[in-house]
Amino acid sequence: MSLAQNPQAMAELGLGTAPGPDGKPQAAPPPPRRRGGGGLLRGLVGNGKSVAGIVILILFLLIAVFAPVISPGDPNLITGMGSQPPSLEHWLGTTAKGQDVLALNIWGSRSSLFVGFSVGILALLVGLLVGLASAYLGRWVDNILSLVTNVFLLLPGLPLLVILAAFLPQGLGTVILVLVITGWAGSARVLRSQAMSIRGKDFVGASQVTGESGLRIMFREMLPNMASIVMSTFLACVIFGIGAQAGLEFLGLGDISTVSWGTNLYWASNDGALLTGAWWVFVPPGVCIALVAFALALVNYGVDETTNPRLRRPRRRTTPDEPTRVAASVKNSSSQAAASQKEQKR
Amino acid sequence: MSTPLLEVENLSVEYVTEARTVRAVDRVTFSIAEREVFGLAGESGCGKSTIANAILRLLRDPAVIAGGSIRFAGTDVLALSAEQLRDFRWRQVAMVFQSAMNSLNPVMTIGDQIADIFTTHEGVSKKTAMARAGELLDLVGIPRDRLRSYPHQLSGGMRQRVVIAMATALRPPLLIMDEPTTALDVVVQQEIMAQIKDLQQELGFAILFITHDISLMVELSDRMAIMYAGRFVETAPAKEIFDAPKHPYTRALMNAFPPMAGPRTRLRGLGEGVRFRDIPDLEAVTPNHWVAPSTDDNLITEAIS
Amino acid sequence: MAYMLRRFGFYLVAFWVSITLNFFLPRFMPGDPVSRMVARLQGQLRPDQIEALKESFGLSDAPLWEQYLRYLGQILTGNLGFSISRFPTPVVDVIGSVIGWTLLLGFVSLIIAVILGNVLGILAAWRRGGVLDSYVPPILIFIGSFPYFWLAMGMLYVFGVVLGWFPVRHAFGVGMTPEFSLAFIADVAYHLILPATSIVLVSIGGWMLGMRNTMIATNAEDYIVMAEAKGLRPNRVRTNYAARNALLPSVTAFGMSLGFLVGGALLTEVVFAYPGIGFTLLSAVQNLDYPLMQGLFLTITTFVLIANFLVDIVYVRLDPRVRVS
Repeated sequence: MSLAQNPQAMAELGLGTAPGPDGKPQAAPPPPRRRGGGGLLRGLVGNGKSVAGIVILILFLLIAVFAPVISPGDPNLITGMGSQPPSLEHWLGTTAKGQDVLALNIWGSRSSLFVGFSVGILALLVGLLVGLASAYLGRWVDNILSLVTNVFLLLPGLPLLVILAAFLPQGLGTVILVLVITGWAGSARVLRSQAMSIRGKDFVGASQVTGESGLRIMFREMLPNMASIVMSTFLACVIFGIGAQAGLEFLGLGDISTVSWGTNLYWASNDGALLTGAWWVFVPPGVCIALVAFALALVNYGVDETTNPRLRRPRRRTTPDEPTRVAASVKNSSSQAAASQKEQKR
Repeated sequence: MSTPLLEVENLSVEYVTEARTVRAVDRVTFSIAEREVFGLAGESGCGKSTIANAILRLLRDPAVIAGGSIRFAGTDVLALSAEQLRDFRWRQVAMVFQSAMNSLNPVMTIGDQIADIFTTHEGVSKKTAMARAGELLDLVGIPRDRLRSYPHQLSGGMRQRVVIAMATALRPPLLIMDEPTTALDVVVQQEIMAQIKDLQQELGFAILFITHDISLMVELSDRMAIMYAGRFVETAPAKEIFDAPKHPYTRALMNAFPPMAGPRTRLRGLGEGVRFRDIPDLEAVTPNHWVAPSTDDNLITEAIS
Repeated sequence: MAYMLRRFGFYLVAFWVSITLNFFLPRFMPGDPVSRMVARLQGQLRPDQIEALKESFGLSDAPLWEQYLRYLGQILTGNLGFSISRFPTPVVDVIGSVIGWTLLLGFVSLIIAVILGNVLGILAAWRRGGVLDSYVPPILIFIGSFPYFWLAMGMLYVFGVVLGWFPVRHAFGVGMTPEFSLAFIADVAYHLILPATSIVLVSIGGWMLGMRNTMIATNAEDYIVMAEAKGLRPNRVRTNYAARNALLPSVTAFGMSLGFLVGGALLTEVVFAYPGIGFTLLSAVQNLDYPLMQGLFLTITTFVLIANFLVDIVYVRLDPRVRVS
């Protein structure tokens, strides 16, 4: 029986706990159980950078979804004379072939966003599975998976991308497949090291002892605590997906028949847009890709700052070796005291 | 009476954030004389480390020294410029941090880290500095070839002795020891305490000894202070605190560890949920023994929520 | 030592994997590449060469494992076959003639980006809340958000075509012959400026942000507080205590980047028609020059492995804790 439960002893000591109405000491209510993800979402909404990023992303998503409505016509149709600069009729001008640039880019958002996010999700899932399995299913599984991950990490991405794309039949599926193959290893490595550090924590051991199944431990215990890293990794994968897809398509190895920002750039280059000075064909796709990638990076920034308070913007300029700040009121009185001391000494 | 070495008067330290301001140290006054060992005890989070770091002005944003004064041998520490402070540090006051493993640079050899002190403060050559470093290691009984070792290659006890030796490098009049043995096991703890005692006898520095383990301090300290939630609740010569603690908190602390010999008694500490609020200033009960008067208003039981 | 042996073993495995991948790749190809090749080189090949070509594409009658062993033997003796688009030049010769340019471009860009990026990152972390810390990283990230080749083309257009300040293609001017003369080297440097700058612009943001974040974490470590307590000069604390620790992850990143040097400049080379490995790889793909493709891929992979291994060696020297584990 603890001291708190012995009111007499407590009184002896001069400490006191008023017992409850039934004569027994009050018990404390259990603390609420906090899930890892909730705090992150709240933090993101409060962070200026991530809000800006989310707004931009939603904007593009809306453009993609409502493309048939907002686009000035079918992008594949030749609706004007070739290489016309922006005008009232064609807000962003026309390509060398005579297609409307604005339409091309509005429709292009569909393919680019679709592939980008698909690659992001798939690469993340594969990486997550590998990472969690590696951390949880034991030494042997870990050794094999680590070996595979490291080998894939070493294989140079772009050349591998180029060769795979060259060998496989053209199409959106190929692009996604090829990008996931080259992209999963990066997320696997990050997620594995995070999972391993969580694996070592006591609550996982406790779950094992109470008989939770492996799968349940992996997904209900470990995963929620990795929320922020998973989020960061997902964003990085999507950025990778969008950028790499653009690169592939630019090289002509994507699906040339689809309309996407990357293929727009491919045709721009092929038709010699720069050489003829037709910058309006060339600039919009690049800007769109940049905006989406930047928006994702902003959200990532927000995730970083929310989960790691040290990274947040400090309120004043500081260096680590600055001596402890002394409040102004203190400084004045102390220098006065020093002055008066000097006076006395004389 | 000669001027005390360290005079802290009404010191207040706050951590100022957008959300709220926390007062970690609340109007604390104490002084340490030359060669005196002053023990500062209290539970985790009571503010003792903050005081220690404040003396050397090591606290970083968002910490602010919100009030009071710190004087060392007559110099106002709070008015020193950055450069004067760099001169003051280690030469006048040195510090032994809690975990030696974390306070040593993992990618520099021990020798280099000790030599740093000499090359910076005394402007000597690297070679001379290394020689002096070797002497320091001799002082704490560590073989000189360890100068070329990296921190992770030493045992916990050795690392702590190195850090203690480093603190004495410039023979500062005051050494602050912030829980120097907390990270060590009991056997090594004894060795380190003995080492500290020896060094203090030999080199004659004063010590501000911070700990949450009172039993460790009682032997070594001349005077002790007990701290709670940023305020002092009692200060007295060590023996008096041990024999006749007056504040309820001190008594609870003292009663919390059993004597080695004697009949078995019930352990008594603070009850669950007991808190002290609005601790008043210290008042002298006897000439050297100051206690914060505690009435029943102070004793508040709060349900843990 | 054991650590190095383990790493070496790993690289051996990775090397084997890439060779094997290379071996199987053409055997998975759709269609019949050999007849296509033979048709192209009508009359230029002797029968035994045709046989050799067929074999290298898995169309001989020998069992798979025999082909594999023969292939391994060829690789290890440096025989990578003949290039089809540049017949009869052996693949190794083609690669040899272009790899130098890629190394030059990649290395120069990498060094500049790494040094500049890391220095900026260290300074940004030291002065939290200052201009470098608050404004520069987002700007650099924004620049880095643009597709790399788009920026490259933009720079090419603005500085090369419109302003005419820099050459727009190739590694050196038409009519100049490669030699170790000052004129030639100056010309090469002149041609290097645009491509290298485009790479630096895009990649510097990553280095800066990475170093800044690591440095912020390092600055919070106890040994930095102790260094300050010792009264050391700020410069010394920042360099020997903070930066030296914060650089460790950068070294690993640098190593991995070194590895991707050979393959990574692909887009740059395409945009600027810079005659390096990447450019050659793309044209090999476009010309269905399978032997050259395979050879290039193998070269790139080998390079990555060697570079990573070297970096592992360097890292062990830098971080004394690794030597123990």
